[in-house]
Amino acid sequence: MLHYAFMRAAFMAALLISIVCGPVGWFLVLRRQSFASHALAHVGFAGATAALVVDQPALLGFGVGSVLSGVAMGAISYRVIGHDVIIGLVLSLAMGIGVLCLHFLTRSAHAAMSLLFGNILGVDTNTLWALFFLSAGCLVVLACIARPLLLATLQPEVAEAKGVSLRLINCIFLVLVAVATVECTQATGILLVFTLMVAPAAAIIRQGFSPIVGMVATTALAVGESWGGLVLSWYTSWPVVFWIAALGAVGFGISHGIVLLSLKRK
Amino acid sequence: MSSTPHSVAVPILEVQDLTLLRGKQKVLDSVSFSIQAGSFVAVLGGNGAGKTSLFRVILGLESLKTGQVRVLGQEVKPGKASIGYMPQMRELVAGQFKGWNMVAAAFRGGVCGLPWYNQMCCAQVNAALAAVDALDLAHRPIATLSGGQQQRLMLAQAFLDDPRLLLLDEPLASLDHARRRDTVQRIYTYARTKEMTVLLSTHDMIPLQGFIDYILYLVDGRALLGRVEEVMTAQALTALYGTPVEVVQAGGHLFVVTKEGGDTLHSCACEG
Ligand SMILES: Nc1ncnc2c1ncn2[C@@H]1O[C@H](COP(=O)(O)OP(=O)(O)O)[C@@H](O)[C@H]1O
Ligand SMILES: [Mg+2]
Repeated sequence: MLHYAFMRAAFMAALLISIVCGPVGWFLVLRRQSFASHALAHVGFAGATAALVVDQPALLGFGVGSVLSGVAMGAISYRVIGHDVIIGLVLSLAMGIGVLCLHFLTRSAHAAMSLLFGNILGVDTNTLWALFFLSAGCLVVLACIARPLLLATLQPEVAEAKGVSLRLINCIFLVLVAVATVECTQATGILLVFTLMVAPAAAIIRQGFSPIVGMVATTALAVGESWGGLVLSWYTSWPVVFWIAALGAVGFGISHGIVLLSLKRK
Repeated sequence: MSSTPHSVAVPILEVQDLTLLRGKQKVLDSVSFSIQAGSFVAVLGGNGAGKTSLFRVILGLESLKTGQVRVLGQEVKPGKASIGYMPQMRELVAGQFKGWNMVAAAFRGGVCGLPWYNQMCCAQVNAALAAVDALDLAHRPIATLSGGQQQRLMLAQAFLDDPRLLLLDEPLASLDHARRRDTVQRIYTYARTKEMTVLLSTHDMIPLQGFIDYILYLVDGRALLGRVEEVMTAQALTALYGTPVEVVQAGGHLFVVTKEGGDTLHSCACEG
């Protein structure tokens, strides 16, 4: 299957996406903000459809929409209103706008489909380069803030005492989530961002690894699941996204089983 | 008590005319005191007296209406002064995490980079855990620990990064009585060997018997600092409360009783 250029591109794209989704997803689950990636994907959808209406690339609209809303979400004092309320409101409004834009955009149903469900087999070279730079940038920033971000997650008061601005670090992190979401939708579409962002991390975090080991393991699992999805899709000709989602669920199930077994043995 | 102008030692903590507002409420009201390096200070006060707020002010985390706070002669900024902080207990996230990793996260936790724990970090974390007798808890997931056990981990966390000043917000709250005495002993010993100054807020003074140098007594945002025998008198506390207060001695313990409510606010063991 690697004879085909589009398959090689798909494997490359899956790798680039997974190495970001791994560590970002790990923090997302640890911080109990996994819903945020869902919301940012929906706002990105509104941005992407709006971009299509004015004849701009969907990816650009997607990026602008979700990064801006990431900043906004982080800047709004999360003590005032609960996370989930804000996110829920933003999410439904964005989806509504997206539907409105689609209404004006009758000619390009295909573009809408690939936004919703991803199109990893149609990744071109330009998109690969875009993914490469987004992933590199995202990982560099995350490597810089990982330490204070971890403390801010585990012990916010102690982090404040050590000079970490909780609001700033939350804001930066949500921008990273937005970028990772933009990348992830290339593979899974907005409806299934959870499968690569959250499922591997949720499986790994149950194992109680130390932070670095946990992030590396999450990344490895994400790469394994997305590549596994491509391979299975090649042999069954079922959609890639289905297989990634299925493998995500299987991974979580196995992790849960391991936890149960180790409890029993004690 | 407060330093005289001619004293040689620099106070580690100076608070001058401090007023903190939350909305319209004066949470701290023209508070002034200063504390010499090496002291062990009990911060006493009922719920809402302003203990947690005072600690946050000392950490530089609140914007003040008036006043100044200096630690080692420097005006405080978050993360700049060498202060170890143990916040008041609340539910911990990431229950699957091992205790050790939760504690280690605070080692240079404000510095940019990866959460990578080198040898020096491991040595410091293990030393801090040993100091509070929590080494055996460290390999267990946080969710499987009791409140008191989690509290010991958080205490160890406050010891990291070699602070000069320790701010411990109700570190005894969910411990049983035997553990309280033991924990105070451990804090005292650790602080002495590392020459740290300790401010420890509590409702219960009994486990502190014999360890504390000073009491910082807070009532409705007003403060009184002094030696135990200076503060725990009917006269001093009546002035602080603004209503008549009695200090009753019974069974080797002091009880502070407000005449209006008649409720016991604090008990304090004392030898004389
Ligand atoms: N975040 C907050 N917003 C508004 N008021 C607060 C806040 N935190 C504390 N307060 C008020 O400040 C006063 C002092 O609180 P605190 O410092 O927590 O007291 P203590 O720690 O002694 O119980 C209380 O009256 C409390 O209601
Ligand atoms: Mg308090």
